[in-house]
Amino acid sequence: MSNKNIKARLLQGNEACVQGALYAGVDFFAGYPITPSTEVAEGMARELPKRGGKFIQMEDEIASMAAIIGASNAGCKSMTATSGPGFSLMQENLGYAYITETPCVIVNVQRGGPSTGLPTKIGQADTMQAKWGTHGDYTAIALAPSTVKECFEETVRAVNLSERFRTPVVVLSDEVLGHMREMMVVPDEGELHVNKRQKPDVPSDWYKHFEMTPSFTSHMASFGEGYRYNVTGLTHDQEGFPTANPVEIREKLDKLRLKIDRYTDEIYKMRADMMEDAHIAIISYGTVSRSARQAIKMARERRIKIGGIQLLTIWPFPDAKLNQMLSGVRKIIVAELNMGQLINEVQRVAPRHAEIYGLQRYDGEVMAPQQILDKIREVK
Amino acid sequence: MQKISHESDITHHYLRPKKKFPNVWCAGCGNGIVMGALIRSIDRMKLDKDNVVVVSGIGCSSRMPVYLDFNTLHTTHGRALAFATGVKVAKPHLKVIVITGDGDALAIGGNHFIHACRRNIDITTILINNKIYGMTGGQFAPTTPGGSFATTAPYGNYEKQFDAVKLAIGSGASYVSRGTVYHVQQLEKLIEGGIRKKGFALVDVYSNCHTYYGRFNKEGDAVRMLDWFKKHAMPIEAARKLPPEKMQDKFVTGLIHETDATEFCEEYDMLLKRLGTAKEVEE
Repeated sequence: MSNKNIKARLLQGNEACVQGALYAGVDFFAGYPITPSTEVAEGMARELPKRGGKFIQMEDEIASMAAIIGASNAGCKSMTATSGPGFSLMQENLGYAYITETPCVIVNVQRGGPSTGLPTKIGQADTMQAKWGTHGDYTAIALAPSTVKECFEETVRAVNLSERFRTPVVVLSDEVLGHMREMMVVPDEGELHVNKRQKPDVPSDWYKHFEMTPSFTSHMASFGEGYRYNVTGLTHDQEGFPTANPVEIREKLDKLRLKIDRYTDEIYKMRADMMEDAHIAIISYGTVSRSARQAIKMARERRIKIGGIQLLTIWPFPDAKLNQMLSGVRKIIVAELNMGQLINEVQRVAPRHAEIYGLQRYDGEVMAPQQILDKIREVK
Repeated sequence: MQKISHESDITHHYLRPKKKFPNVWCAGCGNGIVMGALIRSIDRMKLDKDNVVVVSGIGCSSRMPVYLDFNTLHTTHGRALAFATGVKVAKPHLKVIVITGDGDALAIGGNHFIHACRRNIDITTILINNKIYGMTGGQFAPTTPGGSFATTAPYGNYEKQFDAVKLAIGSGASYVSRGTVYHVQQLEKLIEGGIRKKGFALVDVYSNCHTYYGRFNKEGDAVRMLDWFKKHAMPIEAARKLPPEKMQDKFVTGLIHETDATEFCEEYDMLLKRLGTAKEVEE
């Protein structure tokens, strides 16, 4: 089986997340079984010990999220995987990761909700939760793959972005993508860029764990390296000690926003499909983008001037960039597997002259290309 | 004089005096006594400060790490042991100590507590048990005795109580002990024993919250509450010899339970050795 010359592999979306994480250097995984994400934990349980990495199955998702934050502070690249109900449980400590600026990756293989919802069926209804899930103000990064290859690539990118910006990054996969199998060539070592954590280059007395730097992202020492810093979920000063000083509070919250908002060009990723002469644009993400690509082809055969934009980065939302890309279109269809979440963002940023239509499905089934085509013919 | 100067050296060596003092605790609070016992134990063991990680949750006692000059992680309510598990599994050579309270460890964090015990992971947990929620203003906890008063038990508490020691033994912890903030020398020994023990160690420390528990239940000020510990604590060695009727108004202190079960990280390391992927300890 282990013929190294054969690089193309038949992988499941969830397996590709595992491979991507390993490629990016993830060496700590804590998780709790939940459909339809369990294969990620199973893959990590199998692969990490073979590489000297650490896998632990925790008592619940709250603990899983806590453990990956603890491990990240101890110097590991850490990750967990879950689905809706588990993602809800993780929100508490996800907020802790945001305020303590702890890099970590959460793969959410979405299913239908709310509550236990549809464990074995697809949904994209955690889109807004990935942005506003935990309490308080913060800026989230969330990525959405649509193919097995993208599951790999976006997991690598998630690890990289989490290290680059010292922040948690969410990968929004879904049930169909997680369980679908496709051929993909796993890149060789060095082929994709892998970020290393920025370590401090100052003596421990000068080290500030949350130092205000020109880029707003601070260097990060690990426990056991001689820096002996404090980490707290309370609003804190640059050294990590609790503060109630209005100036320091504001500085801290601005830091969480600016470290990402000023560098969105490093984070945005979208794919335009036949947009050059398009009068109608379909905006989609995740599994729906697969059907959208097919629907665009079918519509073009019927001489409809249509194009598509697939968002691989959902959060931060590419406001100005999307506005510019949509400047030439008259009609926009936002297709998603929920009751209308990202459409609100599109309405906020789209050019005023454009008419916006939602195409939503929330019955646990995939959105078929025909369904999108019907919508295109309805609005054209 | 010699002694006082040594004490002051320890204080300056292990506390972060310039950073966040004065502390948030009420005058007479037992938390400071536990903090003193902890740093003296660590000093006696000559642990490298860089390799000590102190993790806590939320509550009065959980504010302790902020004052200590180690690697410190002040986490979310009840979750300290889950965070600490991540730290310990990631870097097993680090000495991981958890500071928690009775509400933090036994109510919101009860699940993490029993599973940390079950894994027998090498974490020393100092549970400062004052029988009430202090930081939020005196609500009843899973440790508040039946009939006691609290702001959420204005007619007397009608719930049953957790015994942290029994819970830890039943869940698989390999070192289970109880001390009080009156018996400080014993407390230092129990903490030291817990840190030396390879496995999950619990030090359940009876402490005083005279501000709320003492006031609501007419148990007096800090001194009177400490005096109560003095009169009602019974070392395990003596307790074993006493007939049950003589133990009725007493509680047991000392090292109550110890076993030699394998520790979680050792078990994991054996797996890595079996797979040939174990890394050298980076001490």
